[in-house]
Formats: sequence, structure tokens, C-alpha cells
Amino acid sequence: MSTAPASLSARADLVLAPPRRRLQPVALLALPGAGYLALAFAAPLALLLMASVISEGRPTLAGYRTFLADSFSWTVMANTIRSAGLITLICLVAGYPAAFALARAAGLLQAALLAALVLPLSVGVVVKAFAWTILLRSDGVVNRALVGLGAVDAPVRLLFTESGLVLGAVNVFLPFMVLPIFSVVKLIDPRLLDAAATLGSSPLHRFFRVTLPLTMPGVIAGVAFVFSMSVSMYVIPTLLMGDRFKTLSVLIARSFLFMRDRSVGSTASVMLLLIAVAVVVASALLTRRWQPSR
Amino acid sequence: MMLERAAVVAMWTVTAAVVLTLLAPLAVTLAVSVSASSVFNLPPPALSSRWYERMLRLRELWPAVRLSVGIAAVSTVISLGLGTLCAIAVTRGTFPGKTALVTFMVSPLMMPGLVVGVALLQFLREIGLRDAYLSLLIGHVVITLPYVTRTVLASLSLFDFTLVEAARTLGCSHPRALVKVMVPVLAPAFLTSGLFAFLASMDNYPISIFLVDARHKTLPILMLQYLEENPDPTIAAISSGLVLMTIVVLLIADRLVGLRRLADF
Repeated sequence: MSTAPASLSARADLVLAPPRRRLQPVALLALPGAGYLALAFAAPLALLLMASVISEGRPTLAGYRTFLADSFSWTVMANTIRSAGLITLICLVAGYPAAFALARAAGLLQAALLAALVLPLSVGVVVKAFAWTILLRSDGVVNRALVGLGAVDAPVRLLFTESGLVLGAVNVFLPFMVLPIFSVVKLIDPRLLDAAATLGSSPLHRFFRVTLPLTMPGVIAGVAFVFSMSVSMYVIPTLLMGDRFKTLSVLIARSFLFMRDRSVGSTASVMLLLIAVAVVVASALLTRRWQPSR
Repeated sequence: MMLERAAVVAMWTVTAAVVLTLLAPLAVTLAVSVSASSVFNLPPPALSSRWYERMLRLRELWPAVRLSVGIAAVSTVISLGLGTLCAIAVTRGTFPGKTALVTFMVSPLMMPGLVVGVALLQFLREIGLRDAYLSLLIGHVVITLPYVTRTVLASLSLFDFTLVEAARTLGCSHPRALVKVMVPVLAPAFLTSGLFAFLASMDNYPISIFLVDARHKTLPILMLQYLEENPDPTIAAISSGLVLMTIVVLLIADRLVGLRRLADF
């Protein structure tokens, strides 16, 4: 080898190089997409963040101080997080069993259930939110169902209330909870549960020790999806509650679109952004923790 | 045994309720759109096509539909290109920060649309871009790119790249081998991700609201504005049109790739 001409050894290198080295330039294919998002998504958000801590050319936290000193801001943030938490919780409680039913069903039934999830998922949120304004009317379908079931004596006010908002939002976001959970449930080997049963594990014990840990990645994904969509929803509260329910989104829209009050708007935007980033980071960390390899 | 039976009953009860409430809004929209009444009462007192006729006479509607479909189609195509390249890089390349890159690429899905919209608007004003169509397009590629990257990445990570090598051994040139082997395998991922990307773009309100101008209004923005100005069942007719269009698209997609793949969200 040492006596071979340089050109030949270079040639041999080329042929014998491990595939990893030869394919290295493939990483560059990520550049257009990543570069695009860096420019059209990350850079604008970074500028927004910068603008919120700079006033008249100097770094300052005055915007945040004013924002956080105002009790109204705290009400707005509490509204945002409380309603999102409630929506996520209800979606989880309703979506978890539904994902199992979907995995358990077969043939036509499964196709019908899938269609019932994918179709509403594909229909736009403006359409669905509008439909809920009809469903939630005092003489609407929901009220008649409640009276019919004996849950209430007389029609209750739902439209323009937080309960109505939560109901509508749960409905819009449910597929985003069911489908990620379904995608892990269908991978669970039923023999695992049989094995646990054979080894004397009780149904409850089986659920908490086998089923639940195995479905955690789907639960985390679903919760992260639904929570982040609920904290930032705008169309649904606009239609179901009007302006009276103040969330961060409503505040942002008002200050930028109608009032042109940029300082409150950009502080509120950063707050909402921080919540969303926290959800993404938390879900990434939790997913790693629940990797099946562990 | 009792416990398990109770769990099964509870599971199916919840599922029935979920399915019912998921389909109720769509059914109500269709019912209201064919009602002769203008006050949304159900069941419709009499059938009528008056709201559909009104919809067809709505002059602002068609430019909005054209704009929305155009933006959705172009941004989806761009995203299919950018997203697929990125997915190939992630599955084939070894470089530091790969998982971080994937998180970054799909993160627009979970960022608040209004904030992204405000930030993009200020950024575009800063660099002097005032064209509404181009602004919308730039924003909508941000919306659609995560859908494509996610789904194509999932599909590619299951793909056996030795098949490409096999095709080359059998005499295909490298680009030809890639196209011949990978396109059929990835086609379902292209279709499902393209479909959801297109629908997400068609439906977007929070980013678009900052980027539209008086002459360029996308469909969701026009619909919400119409709803605020004159709340009558015309909007139900438009909505029903969208629902029916979605049903047709999903039926075609089901024929091509199957419902189960569509649900691999």
C-alpha cells in the first residue's frame, strides 16, 4: 500500500470509504428547509423577543414590569391556562378510552370510527366553531339533549359562557388527542397483557404497570398538541365567547389589530410564546424519558 | 371480571359520545344550510336552496376561494420539496443536533399562530416586503412545512435504503434508482402530508389575519368577517360546501392510501 502511487491510494480510499463518510453531504439537504424556517419563523420570533426587551435603544424590562404589575394581565393569563388545562383534561379523559376502542374495533366499525375522527379533523375550525354557535344556542341541540337526559330542568345559557367555550374547543381538539394515543395503542402486543395476567397481575395493576406506561408517548404527544392549541386558540373563543373572555390570544389580537397598542401586544405575545415553548420542551423531555427502550 | 366488563362498557359509551359530538357540528351545518329559515332553528321548518343561491351571488367569495386554494397549493408544493429534502438529511446524515433539528422543524405546529403572524408581519415590514400575496405565501409555507417534514420523516425512517443500492446494482443510475424506488414508497406519505398541509393552509386564520390586505382576503378571514357582519345561514352553505369538498377529498385519499394511513397523524 505504501508503495502505491498517491492517485491510486486516493482512488482506493474513495471506493473503500465507509458509507457514512461518503453520504456525509446528505446532511446539507436539511439546509433549505431549516434555513427557510430560520428566516421566516425563528428570526421574526427572535426579533419580536428582542423588541420586547428593548426600548429606545436600551435593554429594559419595563414592558414586563408594567404587564406583570397589572392584575388584569394575571387574570388574562389565568383564564388562558385554566381553560386550556380544562380542555386538555377533558380531551384526555374522553380521548384515551376512544383510542382503545378504535384499536380494539375491526373491519367496518374501525373504518367508521376512523372516518368519524379524520373527517372532523379535516374540516376547518371556522366551520366547526360556527356550527357550535348553533349547537350551543339556548334552543339548540345541546340544551335539548341536556333537558331530554334530565341533566337540567330548563335550558341553560351556554353560548358566551366558559362552559360553552370548553365544550366547543374539546370537540375541535379531540382528534388531536385520540390519534396520537391510537398510534401507540395499536402497537401494544396483547400478549404482554396476557402474560401479566398469567403472572397473577390484577386488571388495575395491569393497567397501571403495563398499559399506561406503554401508551405514555402517545398521551404526551396528545396532551402537548391539545394544550398548545388551546392556549393559543383564537377563532373558537372569538365565535363562542366574543370579546368578553380575555385570553392572551384575544389580548394580542386586540392590541395589534384594533387598538394598535404594540407594547402590551408584544409582551403578551412573548408570554404566550414562552408557554408554547415550555410545552414543546417539556414534551420533548418527557418523550425521551418514556422511550420504549427504557 | 366485573371490573373489566365495566371498563369495556365505559370505553364504548365514551367512544359513542365522542363520535356523536364530533359529527354533530357537521350534521348541523348541513341541516341549517338547506333550511328555509334564517334563524338557525332545527330541525329546518322547510327545505330551501336560498342560502346556496345567496352564496353563489356573493361577489367577494370567489376571489377568496381562488386565493386560498392558490396559496394552499403553492405552499404545499414548496413544503413537499423542502420537507422531503430535510427528512432525507435527517434519516441518512449523521450530524450533531439532529433531534433538535427535528423538534425545530415541527415546532411551528405548536407555536401560537397569532404570535407567529405578528412577528412575521413586523419582520416583513422591516425588510420592506408589502406584497400581500407573497407575504401570505411565506407565512403559509411555515404552516405547511411541519406537516410534510413530520410525515415524510416517519415514513422514511421505516424505508430500507439498501433497496436503492439494489436498484443501482441492477443497473439504474443513482438519481434514477432514487426516483424509481423511493417515490412509490413515499407516495402515501406525500399524499397524506400534502393533504393535511393543504387543509391546514386553507383553514388558517391567525397567521393570515396579519398578512392579508383589503384586496387579498383568504376564505377563513372572509367567512369570519361575514359572520360578524351578517350572521345568516349563507355561512352554513359555504361551510357545507367545504365539508362536502373535504368528504370527496378524503374518499379519494382513502381509495389511494387507505384510511388507516390517513389516521397516522
